[in-house]
Order: sequence, then structure tokens, then C-alpha cells
Amino acid sequence: MKFEARVEVTHLPGVLDPQGATVARALPALGYRNVSEIRIGKSIRLIIDATDEAAARAQVEEMCERLLANPVIEAYEIEIGG
Amino acid sequence: MSARIAIVLFPGSNCELDVARSIEHLGATAEIVFHTETDLHGADAVVIPGGFAHGDYLRTGAIARFSPVMEAVAAHARAGGPVVGICNGFQILTEAGLLPGALQKNADLRFLCDTVEVRVVSTRSVLTGSAERDALLRIPINHFEGNYTCDPATLERLQAHDRVVLRYVENPNGSLDDIAGICNEAGNVVGLMPHPERASEAILGSADGVVLLRSLLDAATRGVRLPG
Repeated sequence: MKFEARVEVTHLPGVLDPQGATVARALPALGYRNVSEIRIGKSIRLIIDATDEAAARAQVEEMCERLLANPVIEAYEIEIGG
Repeated sequence: MSARIAIVLFPGSNCELDVARSIEHLGATAEIVFHTETDLHGADAVVIPGGFAHGDYLRTGAIARFSPVMEAVAAHARAGGPVVGICNGFQILTEAGLLPGALQKNADLRFLCDTVEVRVVSTRSVLTGSAERDALLRIPINHFEGNYTCDPATLERLQAHDRVVLRYVENPNGSLDDIAGICNEAGNVVGLMPHPERASEAILGSADGVVLLRSLLDAATRGVRLPG
């Protein structure tokens, strides 16, 4: 079965996010003064062929650990859709 | 016999010829080894040069660590052979797990291209074995992701085991503990952001990198690791 996996990679709390910090300075300049805690990450989508959803998730998790994210500085979240 | 140094070339590396020239200038033999190769041609030491291996796609060094040659580099490191990663090479060594921590974007989001002063903190690494502790060296940096970070336990280990090799005198990029270079437990694997090959002759503005390159060649000639 084919599943669509979405992986969101974000900086671990405490890890510097200079892109987020820069955007956090730019938005108030446009008048959005009620915005805070901006974090910029990566969104990865892929189609995976697996026997079931659990197998797909397990494999994507392995991909995250081995390549898609760097556990030293990044966290990831996986969403599996049909 | 002169030392033989393998310099790994990835698609996107751009400092391999500078490293080769600086090494040959000191009387050693340099050999460029393409990343698809599976051995280091019997070299005594290996340098992973700066640049943008595999375009820095995904993360700096993330794809490079899967190049076939990296297994040979890891085997060389395990055997105690000298391995030095410069700039992008440092990023690759952390991604490959040969050195702890990671290099994140510079604190002020600026690409840095400057000559900075670094202090030799430890002389137990293959890159600083012939240097004096506390020596100040003027060496160029040229990076966007040079801001070293690691968890507190790793930092404590680096400090306690004399594994911080070089520190910036004035921190240019937000690097944790002013770290410019670190080594592994045995001292035979070193990563640093400054480019010693660009400070290898007076005509380049500084020859302070020579003591580092000379240390590497001495370690390569000796064969294996320094005494811990």
C-alpha cells in the first residue's frame, strides 16, 4: 500500500534559529506586533510503499534518525496519510 | 619517507587544491581521492577539505557522510590514523558521528569571511602536536554554519578530556565555549572551522597555519595516534 508521509523537522528547544529570529524582527516591521515564538523548520513529503501504516511510520522514523534530521540539533514529527 | 595525505573530493568541495598545495609545499605527497572510491590509496592521513559537499543539501555534511569513501575514512579513524576535517569537512565529521556535536548557522545569520585569531588550547591532537599551548594563530575563516553546539554533557566531556583544540580569541559566530576546533578521545580525529591551508605562506597574509599542517604531517609520518 502507498502512504503519504509528511515529516516536519524543527530546531530543538534552545537551539538557535537565526531564520526564525530574523522573521520575528521583520513581521513587527509590517505591523504584526502580536507575533512571537517564530520557529522555521523544514517540511518533507514522501510517498512510501509499505504493508501497513505502522510499517510505513517505522521506516520513516528510521529515515529521520539516519538522514532527514540531525538529532543533535533537530526534532521531527511524522504524519502518515493514505 | 614523506607523508602521504589523501584529500577527499566531494562534488561541491572547493578547497582540495589549496590543501594539496599547502601540503606539498611542506614536502609531503598529496593525493585527491574522489568520494565514490572505497579506499584511501594507502595514505597515512586524510583531510576532508572545505566547500559545499553535495551542495550542502538537507544539512551541511548530511549527504556527504553516505559517500562510499566515508567508510574508508571511518576505518582509518578507528585504526588511529589522522583524520582532519576543515570547515565543511568538520561539518561532515560531525554528521558522520566521528566527532560529537553539530555546526549550526552563525549567530548573526551572516556569512563570515575574515582572518581571525585562534588560541591553541590542546596539543594532544594530531593537528596541534607540534604547536605550543596558548599560541595565538591568525587563520582565515569562511563559513555560514560554523556555530558549534552540543549538549552540556558532551561539552563537559570535551573540556574535561582536553578535547577542545582551538578557541576563538573573539568569538565570531556564537560558537559554544568559543570553540573553533575539537578532537575525538584519541586525538587522531580533528575538526576545525578555520582554514590552515589559507595561512600556509607569508604571501597569503599569514603563515600561522603551517604549525598545524606540520603537526599533521608529523603525525602521519609517525603512523598512528599521539599518546593520550
